[in-house]
Amino acid sequence: MASKAVYSQRDPMLKKRDDFEDILEERRNSSDLRYALRCYAPVVYKGLCPSKAGTLKSMVLQSDQLHYVIHQVCRETGRAVDDVQEEVSSILEEMAHRLQLSTVRFFAFTLSKVFKTLFRSICVNEEGIQRLQQAIQEHPVVLLPSHRSYMDFLLMSYLLYTYDLALPVIAAGMDFMGMKFVGEMLRMSGAFFIRRSFGGDKLYWAVFSEYVKTMLKNGFAPVEFFLEGTRSRTSKSLTPKLGLLNIVMDPFFKGEVFDVSLVPVSISYERILEESLYARELLGVPKPKESTSGLIKARKVLSEDYGSIHVYFGQPVSVRSLAEGRVNRCQFNLIPRHIPKKPSEDIHSFVNDSAYRLVRAQEENMVLKPWVLLASLLLQNQVSGQKRGIALDELTEQAVWLRDLSRQYGAFLHWPEHTPPSEVVSSSLSLHRGLVRISEGRVQLALGQSYAVTPEEELLSQAVIILSCASYRNQALHVFLRPALLASAIHTASSNKKRRTDTVFNSFSFLRNMFSNEFILCPGATVQDFEEACYLLVKTGALQVTQQDVLVTERGHRTLVFLTSMLDPFLQGYQVVCRFLCEEATEALTEKQFIPAVRKFIIKHLLAGRLRYTEVLSSDLQKNSLAALLRLGAVRKIKGYCLGSFQNISTLSVFFCLGGKLPTQKAVIARL
Amino acid sequence: MASNSSGGSSDRQRIAQQRLRIIAGHLQRPVDGDSAILAAECKAQGSKPDTSREEKTVPRRRQEIMKWNGWGYSDSRFLFNKKGQAEFTGKRYRLSGMIIPGLKDWFECTFGASLQHKTPATPLLNSSAVQPPTLNEAFVEELKSTGIPFSQDAEDRVFRAHGHCLHEIFALREGKFGRVPDMVVWPNCHNDVVKIVELASKHNVCLIPYGGGTSVSSALECPPEETRSIVSLDTSQMNRILWVDEKNLTAHVEAGIVGQDLERLLNESGYCTGHEPDSMEFSSLGGWVATRASGMKKNIYGNIEDLVVHIKMVTPQGVIEKSCQGPRMSTGPDIHHFIMGSEGTLGVVTEVTMKIRPMPEYQKYGSVVFPNFEQGVACLREVARQRCAPASIRLMDNEQFKFGHALKPQVSSIFTSFLDGLKKFYITKFKGFDPNRLCVATLLFEGDREKVLQHEKQVYDIAAKFGGLAAGEDNGQRGYMLTFVIAYLRDLGMDYYVIGESFETSVPWDRVLDICRNVKARIVRECKERGVQFPPLSTCRVTQTYDAGACVYFYFAFNYRGLSDPVHVYEQVEHAAREEILANGGSLSHHHGVGKLRKEWMRETVSNVGMGMLKSVKDYVDPNNIFGNRNLL
Repeated sequence: MASKAVYSQRDPMLKKRDDFEDILEERRNSSDLRYALRCYAPVVYKGLCPSKAGTLKSMVLQSDQLHYVIHQVCRETGRAVDDVQEEVSSILEEMAHRLQLSTVRFFAFTLSKVFKTLFRSICVNEEGIQRLQQAIQEHPVVLLPSHRSYMDFLLMSYLLYTYDLALPVIAAGMDFMGMKFVGEMLRMSGAFFIRRSFGGDKLYWAVFSEYVKTMLKNGFAPVEFFLEGTRSRTSKSLTPKLGLLNIVMDPFFKGEVFDVSLVPVSISYERILEESLYARELLGVPKPKESTSGLIKARKVLSEDYGSIHVYFGQPVSVRSLAEGRVNRCQFNLIPRHIPKKPSEDIHSFVNDSAYRLVRAQEENMVLKPWVLLASLLLQNQVSGQKRGIALDELTEQAVWLRDLSRQYGAFLHWPEHTPPSEVVSSSLSLHRGLVRISEGRVQLALGQSYAVTPEEELLSQAVIILSCASYRNQALHVFLRPALLASAIHTASSNKKRRTDTVFNSFSFLRNMFSNEFILCPGATVQDFEEACYLLVKTGALQVTQQDVLVTERGHRTLVFLTSMLDPFLQGYQVVCRFLCEEATEALTEKQFIPAVRKFIIKHLLAGRLRYTEVLSSDLQKNSLAALLRLGAVRKIKGYCLGSFQNISTLSVFFCLGGKLPTQKAVIARL
Repeated sequence: MASNSSGGSSDRQRIAQQRLRIIAGHLQRPVDGDSAILAAECKAQGSKPDTSREEKTVPRRRQEIMKWNGWGYSDSRFLFNKKGQAEFTGKRYRLSGMIIPGLKDWFECTFGASLQHKTPATPLLNSSAVQPPTLNEAFVEELKSTGIPFSQDAEDRVFRAHGHCLHEIFALREGKFGRVPDMVVWPNCHNDVVKIVELASKHNVCLIPYGGGTSVSSALECPPEETRSIVSLDTSQMNRILWVDEKNLTAHVEAGIVGQDLERLLNESGYCTGHEPDSMEFSSLGGWVATRASGMKKNIYGNIEDLVVHIKMVTPQGVIEKSCQGPRMSTGPDIHHFIMGSEGTLGVVTEVTMKIRPMPEYQKYGSVVFPNFEQGVACLREVARQRCAPASIRLMDNEQFKFGHALKPQVSSIFTSFLDGLKKFYITKFKGFDPNRLCVATLLFEGDREKVLQHEKQVYDIAAKFGGLAAGEDNGQRGYMLTFVIAYLRDLGMDYYVIGESFETSVPWDRVLDICRNVKARIVRECKERGVQFPPLSTCRVTQTYDAGACVYFYFAFNYRGLSDPVHVYEQVEHAAREEILANGGSLSHHHGVGKLRKEWMRETVSNVGMGMLKSVKDYVDPNNIFGNRNLL
């Protein structure tokens, strides 16, 4: 029951999703001012102890938890209690939100104006809103939106205000606070600020976790945070961070609340505001520090059309039912609950699994626009070396084919039903005219328009376009991922038409393991993923799978080629990182040196034409591959800071395996 | 039914005779039933309080005065009269003969029940539906020669085949009987028990000790897999106080005596034990020892383990007892603790030396209203911290407060009802208490007058710090009365599609609120998930305070119309509630015991080694499992 609540029926086609309602429509027809000033009386948690933001702070300061840690710190460091207490107060001061309705009203007014200029529509599933309203009354609620843009949390608060729901308090990164005035405005609209890293700081952790728990337990407001920890620059979901999830689940484990509802929210942008900013960042142009003046400069974005936004409030997930049969809450019976304790093994793995499930729940309700499919096709076309692009009608034909395929795989595709496909395609292309060029009825990516001096600069400017495009393709990755892994596994297993099922499975499981830093693949679900992939490919007639063999059908060829090409840039990327480690990194590298060095190496290969995929330049991919190699033991961290590829043999075997030149079995052994 | 008709006339005759006897019993009752202590008024008075020591409450044929398929005395029950008003029959209780005007509305609103939809019980025990006894002839022969009375009568056997768990009573009401004891023996003294146990061991007969029959842990259920002859050993005739030692303030008592007799007899000589479990009208001293019972006034007198000085128990290996009556000993693990809580798996407790106290000079009830349950718990915690708990202090949640309110008997004068109205106005309007959140604590003070008054002030002062308002003696007294009639109320509910029960736990102070909230919510959720059509009554109260925690009682009842197997649903919900209790740091039981109902959690409760220890004791004491009720382990 628990698992079903979160995601995945066997057949994704059967997934039932709600309809959307455009909230901007009403904004265009009635006064924003009246809207911003209207009576706001949300339903609240039935167990609410009414308290103000100020009393919240004193509740935190007086908590047993904090007292315990303060005294512990005093004992350990010999500092005076007052001194530590003062530090605690200042941490709390720095962290705490000051949610104020007036600020929210101000945002409601300005955001209405901004949204109306930027977006054609903001669509929300109202059934989801109703479910949320119900959930808020029953139990403390945690909102878990996907994170693709700065816009996300303002948008969330805006929506909740619009629907007269309790305004959330939002965990935001400290970097926002650097923005003068805006930081304070955000604070007053419900944001509380946390340092990006505070690993060893016991005191900070205690204040932070107690603050969040206090708000949650008392039903002060829904707590909102981003499971992915930061904005995804690639539009792929990021590996979830567990810290905050652990904190919000803790009151349930300890019996302090009956249940906690986790509500995954999927926010999909047709065009991401930060599109090219992200691409530049991935290519090594450092992220501009958040500043108010930067924000004002960014106002030129106001003149562009960013299409529509879809926000899908998913089914609330009960922590209680998730934990049923998995977590023995009795483990908290023998130690006073205010004494901080490292989560036990089973709690940790439970939180981790839940986090993956929730991110997958987000992914599944992400709305895909036709452009996502077009971007996938155009990227594949670009790599296949057709300099003149693809004919518009051919693109349309392919897009329709892909539309049907993705629907069979359960994609939440928003393809206008009653418009001819050619119109759908051309309107999508025109929205993204910065990325594509249409000439003489042929479509290609808008590369090579710059007047760069060096080939390297030209490469980088092309890479910006390609990475932007890739970020749209990535939105569809979760739909195709499992079949694509299978397709690649079949491809690597052998070139025969018939493959032994167990060989394919081994290969699949190897690839899946390899890419588990790159994509959202639930830990320990290899068999389910394999079965799901087989099921989908068999259902669509691309494969025949028996106990012994896997057979690719005639009509399956096209699907399999598409799927392998989808994964190919990643395979090549990992391969090139391996090659770099073998060939260049003979000396130990620090983590900081790694990215620039591998980038240089890749640029060299790209310019020499030895590498086809420009998107391999993405630092995200490079970091992920390094993390994977570390995890697999091909690379080792020494002295904490340095990297050394000391186990070159296994690195090599990984590399060859990706190239399909070594049987997987051996690679697996080498890995062990 | 057809096969029944032949026996019908004789049945009827017997019942008529029974009635006559009961009526005769009533006539014997003295007109003036006033007893020395106020508290005693709550409980039913024994049927023959004025007669000499030899005549006790519990006759051999219990069915003569007690219900065979419900709680308590046959003459006392709730019913809705022709006007649809609830009334309590009989003369034994303070509530007896009174109209309770608020009960019907409360009953209908709380459960969605209706007086139109009745589920009456099978009125008569159909003896032919009872399995014929499996007798061990050799045992019976030898037993006969000892002269110890015994019976193979179906009614006697059925009466001893159950405790008062919901499923047990539900089955009886439907006229269904499972495995019942094959015979009943009534030993008259310790030596009789020794003989019986010897014979049972010799002939490999299964013995199940039976005291008051008030178990709520399936402890009295005969294991269906038992193939030997099962003999129910009814201790009710071992009910004498053998001696009273006024120098040491102890009394040596036979273990079959029931609570009300023990108190009454001691009271006659100016003493009391002060051990008053809610079941004290019917439960026996031996049963208290065997289950580690707890009494409402334990704050002054202690629980059973604090009260016993010496225990004599007959086991298949012989008699176990200590050699002296030293008040405390350092002689290895206390062997009393093998006996207390052994739940009839090791032997029969025959005689107990108990501490006694002079009867308190003065008693006073009281009550405090709190704006909410949280404040109430905080107050109880503070009272416990200052170690100034009165003889009894109990905190009811809002639902129980309303329930208690619904049980107010019809008021006699306009003035009282005016006063009630005024009180209500003061609390809800003037003090701003939310009638849907407020809760009430009931108090009982005992001791010499001056100290009681002083103590009372101390407690009320603490209560005031937590927003508590004194709410009068009457409310307090009614709260305690509820304890004694609640079991009767369950029978009323069962006449109208409502089933329910209570269960208890003990829990550290910091978890009291959490466990109350979570278990109540779990009950509601489980009912919903299992298709119960109406919201259940899910309520709790804190009934005992300790230095390190409290005892919490949960009451749970629901309307089962539309369910095909209500008892199964009930059991599933109770099971889930117990899991919730354990997950929230509550104990498996505070005083009801484990029996067979909660056996499955024993291992995780006491650890593997603990389980092994208990097993090895059982293996040594009773290698042939003569005491084969299969409780606990």
